[in-house]
Amino acid sequence: MILDPLQRLGKASLDFFERLGRGHLFLMYTLAGIPGLLLRPRLVIAQLYSVGVLTLLIILVSGVFVGMVLGLQGYNTLVDFGAEESLGVVVALSLVRELGPVVAALLFAGRAGSALTAEIGLMKATEQLSGMEMMAVDPMKRVVAPRFLAGFLSMPLLAAIFSAVGVYGGYFVGVGLLGVDDGAFWSQMQAKVDLHEDIFNGVIKSVVFGFVAAWIAVFEGYDAVPTSEGVSRATTRTVVHTALAILGLDFVLTALMFGD
Amino acid sequence: MEKASQETSQPARDAIVSVRGLRYARGERIIFDGIDLDILRGSVTAIMGPSGTGKTTLLKLIGGQLRPASGTVVVDGENVPELGVHALYELRKRMGMMFQSGALLTDLNVYDNVAFPIREHTGLSESLVRDLVLMKLQAVGLRGACNLMPNELSGGMARRVAMARAIALDPALVLYDEPFTGQDPISMGVLIKLIRELNDALGLTSIVVSHDVKEAAAISDYVYLLSGGKVVDHGVPERLWESASEWSQQFLNGKPDGPVPFHYPARVYREDLLAGGRS
Repeated sequence: MILDPLQRLGKASLDFFERLGRGHLFLMYTLAGIPGLLLRPRLVIAQLYSVGVLTLLIILVSGVFVGMVLGLQGYNTLVDFGAEESLGVVVALSLVRELGPVVAALLFAGRAGSALTAEIGLMKATEQLSGMEMMAVDPMKRVVAPRFLAGFLSMPLLAAIFSAVGVYGGYFVGVGLLGVDDGAFWSQMQAKVDLHEDIFNGVIKSVVFGFVAAWIAVFEGYDAVPTSEGVSRATTRTVVHTALAILGLDFVLTALMFGD
Repeated sequence: MEKASQETSQPARDAIVSVRGLRYARGERIIFDGIDLDILRGSVTAIMGPSGTGKTTLLKLIGGQLRPASGTVVVDGENVPELGVHALYELRKRMGMMFQSGALLTDLNVYDNVAFPIREHTGLSESLVRDLVLMKLQAVGLRGACNLMPNELSGGMARRVAMARAIALDPALVLYDEPFTGQDPISMGVLIKLIRELNDALGLTSIVVSHDVKEAAAISDYVYLLSGGKVVDHGVPERLWESASEWSQQFLNGKPDGPVPFHYPARVYREDLLAGGRS
């Protein structure tokens, strides 16, 4: 009886590491399928549309609102110190360094990641992947690799768009509604936001998040139990695991980039 | 039809598929416990048995989607479990498979589903691909449905499209997984006719996994009956109907009781009733 919890813990640990190992092997097979896509760019372009373009709307709307909230909150804080002209810097740095990559990745996981998992999981449940294998077509190369690559390429672009429209959201509230000086908003932003320190590091974050989010999404779909409940669980796992991975990695990357 | 040489455990001379000593287990459960069978070239062979006996698993072992614990599965001269990925995929180009669900790609219409293996494996021009696809669809009577999406097809039509796709590359061997399950009499009649006629007209070899006894036996040259991980009987259909095996008679005639008992194992009925509330 006393051993039961220990046994369960041991089993859970073994299952975790076994799945982690499977996920890494899966990633290697996926990456091995990418060079072949150079000869078949149409497969990637189709996925760029469904993974990237169809995620654009939620990214644009969310980016504008996040920027507007930043503008409002930033103004209310800065105005106490008579520093409201620094609003552009606050909005831009918040978006480029943190909120752009992180929130875009969370939205990406919720919209595109879950769709990728559900699609691949349902293809497995309806024997479409088995059917491809029996037609001598490798589903890792034909189904998984294009989706992974499309997710990986889309994420940095979506994060950049999120940050850009967020800046305009902050501008609309700060300059348009609250009366911050137009020139000060842009000039301070231009002076304080560093290409390498801020923008480049933000891009690195979004590249890493895109890699992880796309990896988790395609792996969970391919590894799903081929039933409706299994696909449902896999889709949930994609969103939860991606969110946790992104937030954890964000801390690590921020510490590496900005920690002295 | 030459009889398979199972008794001697030697592969039949003209076998396209030859299985020897096949053992396969899923966890603790033994699915196959050393089965031998031969599928002769040009024949339609039915693999029959109750649900859960591993008929579909046998097809997956023949197609190399599963690996046996031991034994050989020789398809067209190659031992499938020993093949590397590349060689296995080359072998699969000489096989077609029709899944129970059809397994059509749901984002492609009927035409593109049938064209899929041709486009993937040949460098043919689109006009040639079109001719081939229309010929395959004409063979299954669905040329007029080439623009429909899979969700617009009935179950029987989906299987006919899957059949057209399975023969798209003119394979030597076609595997049918439960082709008749859930079909109305007309669809079933169409599928029965197609399996036999395509086999003979195209010079294929067909393996039909089914538990629809009469339908499968009607088009088969040879039948294997599987149960409990073993081949319990085999022979030409006429011989099986006259088989002395109690199990064969129960299965073929659909008797509710026999070697496969009606009652799940339990303690004596009288004792159970007299036990009152005590379990």
